[in-house]
Amino acid sequence: MKTKENILLDIKDLHVWYRVYGGYLKVLNGVHLMVREGERVGLVGEAGCGKTTTMKSILQILPPGDFHIPQGQIFYKGQDILKMNFKELQSLRSREIAMIFQDPTAALNPVFIIGNQIGDVIKYSSAFAENEHKEKIKEQSIKALKEVYLPDPERMRINYPFQLSGGMRQRVCIAMAISSPRNLLIADEPGTSLDVTIQDQIHRLLNKIVEKRNTAIILITHSLGVAKEMADRIYVMYAGTIVETATPEVLFKNPVHPYTKGLLASVPKISGGGIAKGIPGKIPSYLNPPSGCRFQLRCEQESPICSEKPPQLFEIENDHLVACYLTQR
Amino acid sequence: MKQVTNNVILKIEKLKKYFHIGKDKQGPIYVRAVDGVALNIKYGETLGLVGESGSGKSTIAYTVVGMYRPTSGQILFKGKNIGMEASRRSLSSKKEIQIVFQDPGSSLNPRQTIEQILALPFRIHTQTPKKQLQEKMVELLEKVELSPDYLYKSPPSIGGGEKQMVAIARAMASNPSLIVLDEPTSALDVSVQAKIINKLIDLQKEMHLTYLFITHDLSLMRNVANRIAIMYLGKICEVAEAVTFFEKPLHPYTQMLISSVPVITEEEKKLKPKKVISIGEIPSPVNIPPGCSFHLRCPYKMSICSKVDPEMIEFSPGHIVRCHLFTKLENKK
Amino acid sequence: MRNSNQPNNSIAISLVRPKFIFWINLGKNWYKFSRNKLSIVGLVIVAGMIISAIFAPWIIPYPDHTGPFVDFENAMQPPSLQNLFGTDYVGRDIFSRVIFAFRGALIMAVVVLAIAVPPGILLGLIAGYLQNTWIDTIIMRITDVFLGVPPLMLALAIASVLEPNLMNSMIAISLTWWAWYARLVYGMASSVRNEYFVIAADLTGASKFHILLREILPNCLSPVFTKMALDVGWVILIGASLSFVGLGEQPPTPALGQMVSDGAIYMPNLWWVIVFPALAIVLAILGFNLLGDGIRDMLEIGRD
Repeated sequence: MKTKENILLDIKDLHVWYRVYGGYLKVLNGVHLMVREGERVGLVGEAGCGKTTTMKSILQILPPGDFHIPQGQIFYKGQDILKMNFKELQSLRSREIAMIFQDPTAALNPVFIIGNQIGDVIKYSSAFAENEHKEKIKEQSIKALKEVYLPDPERMRINYPFQLSGGMRQRVCIAMAISSPRNLLIADEPGTSLDVTIQDQIHRLLNKIVEKRNTAIILITHSLGVAKEMADRIYVMYAGTIVETATPEVLFKNPVHPYTKGLLASVPKISGGGIAKGIPGKIPSYLNPPSGCRFQLRCEQESPICSEKPPQLFEIENDHLVACYLTQR
Repeated sequence: MKQVTNNVILKIEKLKKYFHIGKDKQGPIYVRAVDGVALNIKYGETLGLVGESGSGKSTIAYTVVGMYRPTSGQILFKGKNIGMEASRRSLSSKKEIQIVFQDPGSSLNPRQTIEQILALPFRIHTQTPKKQLQEKMVELLEKVELSPDYLYKSPPSIGGGEKQMVAIARAMASNPSLIVLDEPTSALDVSVQAKIINKLIDLQKEMHLTYLFITHDLSLMRNVANRIAIMYLGKICEVAEAVTFFEKPLHPYTQMLISSVPVITEEEKKLKPKKVISIGEIPSPVNIPPGCSFHLRCPYKMSICSKVDPEMIEFSPGHIVRCHLFTKLENKK
Repeated sequence: MRNSNQPNNSIAISLVRPKFIFWINLGKNWYKFSRNKLSIVGLVIVAGMIISAIFAPWIIPYPDHTGPFVDFENAMQPPSLQNLFGTDYVGRDIFSRVIFAFRGALIMAVVVLAIAVPPGILLGLIAGYLQNTWIDTIIMRITDVFLGVPPLMLALAIASVLEPNLMNSMIAISLTWWAWYARLVYGMASSVRNEYFVIAADLTGASKFHILLREILPNCLSPVFTKMALDVGWVILIGASLSFVGLGEQPPTPALGQMVSDGAIYMPNLWWVIVFPALAIVLAILGFNLLGDGIRDMLEIGRD
């Protein structure tokens, strides 16, 4: 039953601009995203569409000074993150939301052993504020390593990151994220830099963890296939806006937005059939984005109304929203 | 359909490439990146080479192109032996064989303009006089659908897909016969990939090229390659025509990889073999187990697999496989 | 559907290129440089110094005070409107002398870097490209020797063997300075040479000359330019140290360190005799440091 109480994260009309030479890069142009408790959300989009910017906005880890949020709100459990003070943000980052980054090698500090790094996360999550006992923390970190199926956790925790393979490092990052109970995990293309079969293992591991703990997860990926297997709901993002959202079954059976359709057609199939032509053109400049819909320059069904103002997400059938004027009849 | 003749443009025989990484009590330690590979590429075809990291596919590519010297074995290009480093090869071999690397960011010099990057192969391999040089470069850019003002841009200011197009243009500049493509689209998004692959296919027909196409993406391979070879720990496991490869995969490793491809449509789901979960990590090419190198992860392992390395068997015309499950069939014949 | 990739006329391109691109690049570079306001401060200081050095003959109020000149009536006067920095123990105007000495210091720094940097870059480039061969070993071990000796000591040793004058102290400092650039470029070249674009150039048959100078070198120069900016300040300091002990420019020609050492005995009463030359050194180092930061920011490869 989806009632208002169940909504964990609600991003409303988020705009984010980066300051660069020549003006502002207006990266995010009204992002709407909602995550319910225990829901697995897949955020699909290509390079440069703003997925990482969105995620960094949630945790407020955008590069300081260089960005500007002209409008928008990010509600977490009813409270607007953009208005939180430092203490509240720290509590958010250490106890509520955890992020798993794309490159596990860069996310781990090479000069500290794994045990210390997980231990730090546990310490600052202040789940153990009362007893900062080294033993308790050690126990907790071994438990976390066991949960990600790392062999021989006692020995693993005294290893340095360089002694581990890429797949193991990514597991360590996941262990860090789940070492204390969280409500929301954000996984930014986990396993992209790794081999396909290892990527497969990582995704299945995340699935298992999320199901067991009823944690919500936002999985960022550029692969529709992965999103299909991993998500309860998919958001398709293009050039800083959400263009379509639905459950995987509905989305793949009935894609409506021209971008989604183009994307699905570009995916090669193991049953053959050749490669589709792809989507002509390229992403618009964020410095001078077109007014109105940002996909208009590449859209086959483009019409004058598309350049007036950006289309809003519109529910065309049950729980299937699309941001396109041509579907709003 | 493109013209694929039966003439062989590249013939690789018993190729081995070992990297020496130190010593232990028993003697020197080698990484056996490529451990006895035989492969033929025909004129005009696209041969796909597939495998996980550590399988040796990139090493083969680099040895063909001249980055490495083979430890043993032969590589014949149009009948001529090219089994040596690029510095010792003839200029015409360098002209005829080109490579497109995986990471567009590091394969183009960030401190040069596109004009300078493209000028290099023109200067070396063609006798184009200076006045015509710019014209030729603009023509080349048009072939990959980039507008002429790209000449004055620098790699850091253009997107990944466009960088890769420049890398492809650079490879085409010398008018080669064989292009090695090492995961050319792995770092790119799916719609950009579609554009580039289509362009590669068009250019292949237009310029009569042969491709050695390396990727780990099986669904891409299915639509690009004429024949597919799959590698594991330095050895080839199976070679077949693209359709046969997916409809009737013989080697357990082939089945394992195909079963783990994430797919979207129903028809693809039906095509996939039963899910074979890969157990454990990918072993490193330093500690290759005795017998068949795959037996530690193989669900159909027999006792002979840990002792004897299987031979390559021709299961049906054009379909060869290296696995004990089929050696028995061969012996029965 | 609109196609944004319309092919242009080739002739129009060659007309567009030279002027337009120059100004765009300048704008981009200025943006990167000026992100940090302090870099602009550095630029202003350095520009001021260079202008005062160039226009010294017109700025200096008492030009003959920079040569043999005495005026005991006016000696040891504190800073005033006639003598902005006061006068020294024989009556010479310190402001004029500081500007003149500063000009000498700046010229020395430029000459030293012009002598020391190119060989350093060249050796580092070759050693880095031929890493792990005997050439690399020889070059870098020689470099290590010169790096191991403190620059001031080596400069002192060399300068005291040769006749003490400006030229010889420049030679002395250059002999110690090249090694830093060799080491810097060696580090960069040895990693750049493994980049795929270098391999691509090699595979397609580029000459070693092209690879060294067109592919590798441009990717090594960013830290070199930054270091050069910082080094101007350092060379001025070392030059002042040399002239402090009597090497370098000989009296009556003023030199910053010499002025400091001469005025030391009159401290603390005639404080202006030391403070202003010393301030000039400090200002130089500060200005070039800040400028160096800006140069580093400007040369970073960003995504436009």
